Amino acid sequence: MSDITKQTLSDLVKNIKAKKLSSEEVTKDFIQRSEKSNKLNAYITEDFSNALQKAKKFDQKPDFNLKLPGIPIAVKDLFCTKDVMTTAGSKILNNFIPTYESTVTQNIWNEGGILLGKLNCDEFAMGSSNETSYFGNVQNPINENLVPGGSSGGSASAVCAQLTPITIGTDTGGSIRQPASFTGTVGLKPTYGSCSRYGIVAFASSLDQAGPMAQNVKDCALLQEIISTYDTKDSTSIDFKRSQYSQDLNKNIKGKKIGIPKEYRVDGMPKEIEDLWQKGIDYVKDCGAEIINISLPHTKYALPTYYIVAPAEASSNLARYDGVKYGFRAKGENLIDMYEKTRSEGFGAEVQRRIMIGTYVLSSGYYDAYYLKAQKVRKLIKNDFDEAYKKVDAILTPSTPSSAFKIGEKKDDPVSMYLNDIFTVPVNLAGLPGISIPAGHDSKGYPLGLQIIGKAFDEQNILNIAYAMEDKINFKNKISDWWIK
Amino acid sequence: MTIDLKTIKHIAKLSRISVSDEKAKKLAGDLNSIFDFIEKLNELKTEKITPLTSIAETTLKLRHDEIKSKNIREQIVKNSPEKNEDYFVVPKVIE
Repeated sequence: MSDITKQTLSDLVKNIKAKKLSSEEVTKDFIQRSEKSNKLNAYITEDFSNALQKAKKFDQKPDFNLKLPGIPIAVKDLFCTKDVMTTAGSKILNNFIPTYESTVTQNIWNEGGILLGKLNCDEFAMGSSNETSYFGNVQNPINENLVPGGSSGGSASAVCAQLTPITIGTDTGGSIRQPASFTGTVGLKPTYGSCSRYGIVAFASSLDQAGPMAQNVKDCALLQEIISTYDTKDSTSIDFKRSQYSQDLNKNIKGKKIGIPKEYRVDGMPKEIEDLWQKGIDYVKDCGAEIINISLPHTKYALPTYYIVAPAEASSNLARYDGVKYGFRAKGENLIDMYEKTRSEGFGAEVQRRIMIGTYVLSSGYYDAYYLKAQKVRKLIKNDFDEAYKKVDAILTPSTPSSAFKIGEKKDDPVSMYLNDIFTVPVNLAGLPGISIPAGHDSKGYPLGLQIIGKAFDEQNILNIAYAMEDKINFKNKISDWWIK
Repeated sequence: MTIDLKTIKHIAKLSRISVSDEKAKKLAGDLNSIFDFIEKLNELKTEKITPLTSIAETTLKLRHDEIKSKNIREQIVKNSPEKNEDYFVVPKVIE
């Protein structure tokens, strides 16, 4: 069967179950395409020979009741994978080989998925362009000069370029939805507590969530169904009744109330984004949904709040990298000197900046002025959403304030880089689910995404809205394989 | 507000990150522009607001205090940059 890598996950699963394709054939094709795609720099670690062995083993004794029967999958290098190097895109973890498996990846292997390799990301998931990775930047398959977004840039690039049928990323402030938007792919950030954080390299624990990235909504729903489980190993994992997201997926959104927040019409937003948003509004209306104008008055305070809360939590989480227990160690004259040199040489510039911000806002005399203040504003932001959800079932916004930007364009200006996440960060602060779906192209032909934000635990509803919209939008990614010689 | 070089060096010390004078200058520039941006929060009056301390509004579940991992000593020291049998090795701290 030709063009295996072009098939959707659902088709691959169907063809494997019908014995039209073997796991080995599928795995081989994704490996071959990945090998030809080195130029994208999407992988940090390839696990191809093991993948092929696992595929052969699957074919010898196939279990077609599994949801991912012998499907090869590459994952973001922020998930600990037993016996396979896990770097979080950092020099400080360059030699780290976990002795245990993250719950989310384990769920995937339990359903028959096969690890292809580990995908590039911003260092410790801190970045919006994949340029902070110690392993170099990733290219956007859409165009050679563009960033793929971040922090799950390698994941987005790999799905877009069809190096893996689906993947998982993590999203602390937009790290799944923004790269999905930049690459014309679908990315879901689930409700906080939906997917276990066990075995995910921690960045900001009250915001981090793992989620699926795919080429279409249905594949995304299937992966969410697999990775979202209650887990006693994560004390913030929430025990709620999870839908069978892919089985319960339907396009009937008639009568749904969709909120349009006026505060998301930010200054300087390109007209193309505004037009895209309007198009999205028209699409959901066509599907029989009702549009309601709403207000989320504290939206403009979300980014400043995030840049206190996230660095504060990061500075605590990253205190563990001391050159003693695992990872990189620099030589020092004494213990303290060793710590300081290890962290100075092991962390990149953005990570050091955020540790410094976090340490400062938590330091004696500043805690109330910054951290406590941010927690209070976070409450106000959450209250905004609670109020809105008294009137609407979901909220529709653009995913990002622009299409993908050029490599190097924002690298030296942290604040302008942070502004990328203006529409995604409020969702993390409020712990809500949000999905980005490709909705059109700008005048340069770069993809643009729309975001649907749901109530907590209401993933099924936003997946359904996304599914209905996808049908109307009929988006086609423009990929020319320029990176393959 | 401006964060001066002395404060940068102090935060670096607390963060256990060594910084040269040159790096401190660059960090001061970056942090000042980030804090200018953060200061926007001061527009809001928040005296009467309860801070949000947990996003998941559920009570933490209790569990039995049981040992679940046994004999993992080897695994724990496996990734250490320097070890001696079952111990992590660090530069000498006691003369």
